[in-house]
Amino acid sequence: MLSRVADSLYWLGRYVERAENVARFVDVNLHRLLDLPVDADDGEQWEPLVAAAGDLALFRERCGDATREHVIEFLTFDEQNPNSIVSCVRAARENARSVRETVSSEMWEQVNTFYLRVTEAVFAHSHDRKARFAENPHDFFTVVKTASHLFVGVMNATMAHGEGWHFCRLGRLMELADQTTRFLDVKYFILLPDHAEVGTSYDDLEWAAVLRSASAFEMYRKRHGLLLPERIADFLLLERAFPRSVRFCVVNAQGSLHEITGTPLGEFRTEAERRLGQLRAELDFASTPEIILSGLHQYLDGMQQKLNRIDEAIYETCFALQQSGESATDGREPQ
Amino acid sequence: MKLNSYDVGSFYDELFAAPGAPRAEGALLVELIEALPAGEFRRRQRAAERALLHMGITFTVYGDQSGTERIFPFDLIPRIVSAAEWAWIERGLEQRIRALNLFVDDVYHEQRIVRDGVVPDALLRSARAYRPACAGLNPPGGVWCHITGTDLVRDRDGQIYVLEDNLRCPSGVSYVLENRQVMKRTFPAVFGASRVRPVDDYPSRLRDMLEQVAPVEARTPHVVLLTPGLYNSAYFEHAFLAQQMGIELVEGRDLVIHNGLVQMRTTRGLEQVDVIYRRLDDDFLDPKVFRADSQLGVPGLMEAYQRGRVTLVNAPGTGIADDKVLYAYVPKMIRYYLAEEPVIPNVPTFICADDQERQHVLAHLDDLVVKAANESGGYGMLIGPHATEEERVEFARRIEANPRNYIAQPTLSLSRVPTLVEDRFEGRHVDLRPYILYGKEPWVLPGGLTRVALRAGSLVVNSSQGGGSKDTWVLSC
Repeated sequence: MLSRVADSLYWLGRYVERAENVARFVDVNLHRLLDLPVDADDGEQWEPLVAAAGDLALFRERCGDATREHVIEFLTFDEQNPNSIVSCVRAARENARSVRETVSSEMWEQVNTFYLRVTEAVFAHSHDRKARFAENPHDFFTVVKTASHLFVGVMNATMAHGEGWHFCRLGRLMELADQTTRFLDVKYFILLPDHAEVGTSYDDLEWAAVLRSASAFEMYRKRHGLLLPERIADFLLLERAFPRSVRFCVVNAQGSLHEITGTPLGEFRTEAERRLGQLRAELDFASTPEIILSGLHQYLDGMQQKLNRIDEAIYETCFALQQSGESATDGREPQ
Repeated sequence: MKLNSYDVGSFYDELFAAPGAPRAEGALLVELIEALPAGEFRRRQRAAERALLHMGITFTVYGDQSGTERIFPFDLIPRIVSAAEWAWIERGLEQRIRALNLFVDDVYHEQRIVRDGVVPDALLRSARAYRPACAGLNPPGGVWCHITGTDLVRDRDGQIYVLEDNLRCPSGVSYVLENRQVMKRTFPAVFGASRVRPVDDYPSRLRDMLEQVAPVEARTPHVVLLTPGLYNSAYFEHAFLAQQMGIELVEGRDLVIHNGLVQMRTTRGLEQVDVIYRRLDDDFLDPKVFRADSQLGVPGLMEAYQRGRVTLVNAPGTGIADDKVLYAYVPKMIRYYLAEEPVIPNVPTFICADDQERQHVLAHLDDLVVKAANESGGYGMLIGPHATEEERVEFARRIEANPRNYIAQPTLSLSRVPTLVEDRFEGRHVDLRPYILYGKEPWVLPGGLTRVALRAGSLVVNSSQGGGSKDTWVLSC
């Protein structure tokens, strides 16, 4: 498979997943904030969402105050924010377009339709759009979430589960692992109206929102019942069977990477395999009390950095042959 | 919906022999459309357009900053060609492509046709599309123009002419295939009853042909399609054809010359490539030989090609036969190389390099169509009867400054096909581009791209200038 194509497939998977996660994140928090007392300071509640997404500097530069409108606009429709839903869907579609002959027609049509639905919402006369959106933002987020689920289903059902499929899945899982750490981390950024309210019903609502952001609420309830911070962290980080836990993503990402390279599991030949294997082992033997003791935020921060380094290593290992190929030849024949 | 009362006008109509009297091959279609409930035809037309948009069958509009993509407008009324007429067209195209291929081969070898005084030496030497780098080359099987899209037009009296030969990278065939898909979905009943010859095997034929022309020593040949990239106006077609053939779609940056061979950069290292169906003009193929500023090509590609390590489809240099002045000599080429009379005539053509003919052209600019030798896509052209006085003066000046670069032809009254305009049918002018593959033997796709000038009265069918397309039905009996 062409390195360029593999790269595009990886990012196709990542961007579709990212769009979905941003949609769920904003949607869940819109719901949560409806339950807060009316006098709760708007900015204090909204800024953490941007902070957890890691785009606070760009946000302040573009939007200033963290009002509800600004934050929603920034995360949803702002074309200058590379991680807004619109930007992610556009990027996913550009990547799909550049590998149109590799993915199935059904996959391409799904991404294209996804893009058309989202851009329709953006480019409709912006006044109308705002009005319609403000009336029921939930509808729009539902469209985004459903489109992403459809994409994954169509991909699994119509594309051969070969190298290209594994690259797309690898990208999706890497993104998912990263997003889950961010959902969990948002709790760190949210300042409760008063410190005494830890353990109150507001605290409960926020933990429920964290779980819902990761589509984990129902599955968590079935498994643990009570909303206990330590168990929630355990569930989102380490739960073996939950498809959005960091561990689940890392284990399956590792599976895809080794399918691609052909290296047996438990061994490594490339930096990407080594780093991913290291992280997997760490997660396999992690203990939640220990993580909490060392500081959850610090742990999540470290996890995001590790995921970034794995992403870089995947790039070097699988996509960057472009450069090494260049140095191997200058176009002249050796004879 | 009322199709029978449609106004045929003073033109040759492809569907109606006379007002209210459909041609035999179109009778069934007319009957069906007449029977549709009011508004149904328009509804189906809109559904077809929506389908094309969601399938992403679009082209990029150059000069539009937002990179907007549009669907190539598509009209649901097909152009129908009878079996007998098609047999004649097919014979004519096969003959023409054989002669043109022999001509290109001759141009890059002994130039016998010049020595024997059939084509003037000065004309060849001044042709911009002549590629010195191709002199003496012998592509596999002696085939240079593997894929041709020849433009045919029909005049008021019913006579079909060859308007242009496109031997470089003719595009549009993907629309033929996709239009057909949409038509089958939209009118299954009439389709089933009409004995229309299929076009769906084009990608298989194309792939077979590409494998046939691989360099001789190649094992199972590795075929790729080289595209200028995502932002090229025909990108959809490149991706579509690669997908349908099951071959890789590559960009110049994916290829590299290593050990004298063309290799592609994969996740597992370099892999050899044997045949490149390139949708990139000669100019951009190799910055070492052609345009040095090309970012789209592969440095060293021409050398690998010259050494016979890779086959390029079409071969570089075929543009010489696209020269609009050399076009006038094609009937002579057919007689010279094949010792046959041309089956399909050329449009009568005045060559401005000839003093007498130029005087005639300059005196009749308001009747003639003037074309520059190396332009395509409807650019660099004057349609005399529709032009302003200033435009004619400007063209007269250009012709006198560089007579070699211009030809002129009578303005044909292109035939028309009924076309949906808002809620009624109106006649719109069409041309027809059939596609010919040439590996071991020429093969003509039974069908082709019918392009339609959607603006009332317009004769310009190019997609960049307000053209659309129709499905072309070649009947099997």
